[in-house]
Amino acid sequence: MEALTLDGNAVAGLLLEVFGTEMTTAHGVCAGCGASDQLGAVRVYRAAGYVLRCPHCEAVLAKLVTDGERAWLDLRGLRSLQLGD
Amino acid sequence: MPPIVSRGFRGRRDDSPPDRVPPGQYLTRDFPVLSAGPTPHTPLAQWDFAIVGEVDGTHRWTWDELQALPRESFTVDIHCVTKWSKLDTVWEGVSVDTLLEGVDTSAEYATAFSDGGYTTNVPLEDLTGGKAWVVYGYDGEPLDPEHGGPARLLVPHLYFWKSAKWVRGLRLMETDEPGFWEQNGYHIYGDPWKEQRYWGD
Amino acid sequence: MEGTAVLGRLTWRVAEIADVRTETPTVKTLVLDVGGWPGHRAGQHVDVRLTAEDGYQAERSYSIASASDGSVVELTVELVEDGEVSPYLTEVAGRGDQMEIRGPVGGYFVWDPRVGGPVLLVGGGSGIVPLMAMLRQRAAAGDDVPARLLYSARAWDDVIYREELEAMRGGGLDVAYTLTRSQPDGWTGYSRRVDAELLRKVAQPDVARAFVCGPTPFVEAVASALVSLGHDPGRIRTERFGPTGG
Repeated sequence: MEALTLDGNAVAGLLLEVFGTEMTTAHGVCAGCGASDQLGAVRVYRAAGYVLRCPHCEAVLAKLVTDGERAWLDLRGLRSLQLGD
Repeated sequence: MPPIVSRGFRGRRDDSPPDRVPPGQYLTRDFPVLSAGPTPHTPLAQWDFAIVGEVDGTHRWTWDELQALPRESFTVDIHCVTKWSKLDTVWEGVSVDTLLEGVDTSAEYATAFSDGGYTTNVPLEDLTGGKAWVVYGYDGEPLDPEHGGPARLLVPHLYFWKSAKWVRGLRLMETDEPGFWEQNGYHIYGDPWKEQRYWGD
Repeated sequence: MEGTAVLGRLTWRVAEIADVRTETPTVKTLVLDVGGWPGHRAGQHVDVRLTAEDGYQAERSYSIASASDGSVVELTVELVEDGEVSPYLTEVAGRGDQMEIRGPVGGYFVWDPRVGGPVLLVGGGSGIVPLMAMLRQRAAAGDDVPARLLYSARAWDDVIYREELEAMRGGGLDVAYTLTRSQPDGWTGYSRRVDAELLRKVAQPDVARAFVCGPTPFVEAVASALVSLGHDPGRIRTERFGPTGG
């Protein structure tokens, strides 16, 4: 068990800045295993940047890096991202 | 608009001797644990370290074989791109020079790869000449899994994301291939003294 | 052409401390006045940014403790030993001091009255904070949807919002505590860790929504216990605070 892990709520503020809208309710589909979850439920690891991982298969869903002015996103681990209901 | 200053806020920092602490860094007394994923738990009986890629032959060490190589105990400063620096950290391990002895290669670059899928790229000349180690001891104890144990790469003259935790080998390459973070915003080289944190720095 | 900063221009607001309340020996509530605050939903949080005179910055997230009320935002902060931000917020900052906040954020972990009831709230330590916002919102709205709070704390003196929670009982709200390290004389409440055994007794059958908040190990243990008891994982919402705050 990882006491270090957080969940998508921990990057809610950063995602709000990047996407301009609330993202913890967005639904992501894992490109690894096909599971679908709201981003609020995914595992978040804090390293040099943030790593969002699938709570089912642990595959990397997304990477998020910021220097305060620029942001870099790697969303390859998300097969799709649905914003809005 | 400049950020609002919060009266009386200092943060948990020690005074930073400028000749030891690179620009933009702050000294820490603890050892923050930062990870890109869950801690792997490879049993030592299954663990190995390999040098692969632009090489001839097999260059692979089991845990026992790694332990049998000449070991060094040494003290270095480390600098994390998230702005903390830690001085006088004491490590024990095998110099990458030792591992590369007898390895013939025309490669100029290496990609370190780890359990869990993490990778990071370093020019070969930054791994040789006494600049890098595969370490398995920290502060007189076996390296903690949360800090990269059983063994991690240590390249202290570059930002600490280059010191790959849970390292399992080096792939020698003719080209410089951006690793896990270098693909997504972090600087391809990462010299803390030139503050090379991000792309374009 | 010069680069353009995408981040940070539009989202940080200045918050000024209007009041500080002591909740427990290690927990304080900061009552902030935030100009231009758009209002918030119960369960949401803010990111707080502190800047030192030399430019050094630290950021932490804190759940909003209060129900939405104009430009007032209350944050309840627990002092974390050897922390970086919480010692400042609980021991140094006072009326008139300023900080920057970003938010409100967090649409995933919010009380949505449309979901109905019954609702289960399980909080560990400072995990009670967003749950309290939910209960305050429920009370302010005159909502009587059945709700049950299970609050795990080390000891009676560590229970945040104690008097208010006692006064809130009734009108469809049950409150149960489990005190895991020490209990006052004559204690008839629970004292075990929140596990499947305890949840089997306390959790309502067929909850419409369960909110679980606290340190990461607590949240994971409770969420899996709820699933093992047959609760629908899709109805469980979690917010992990990490090992500690800071």
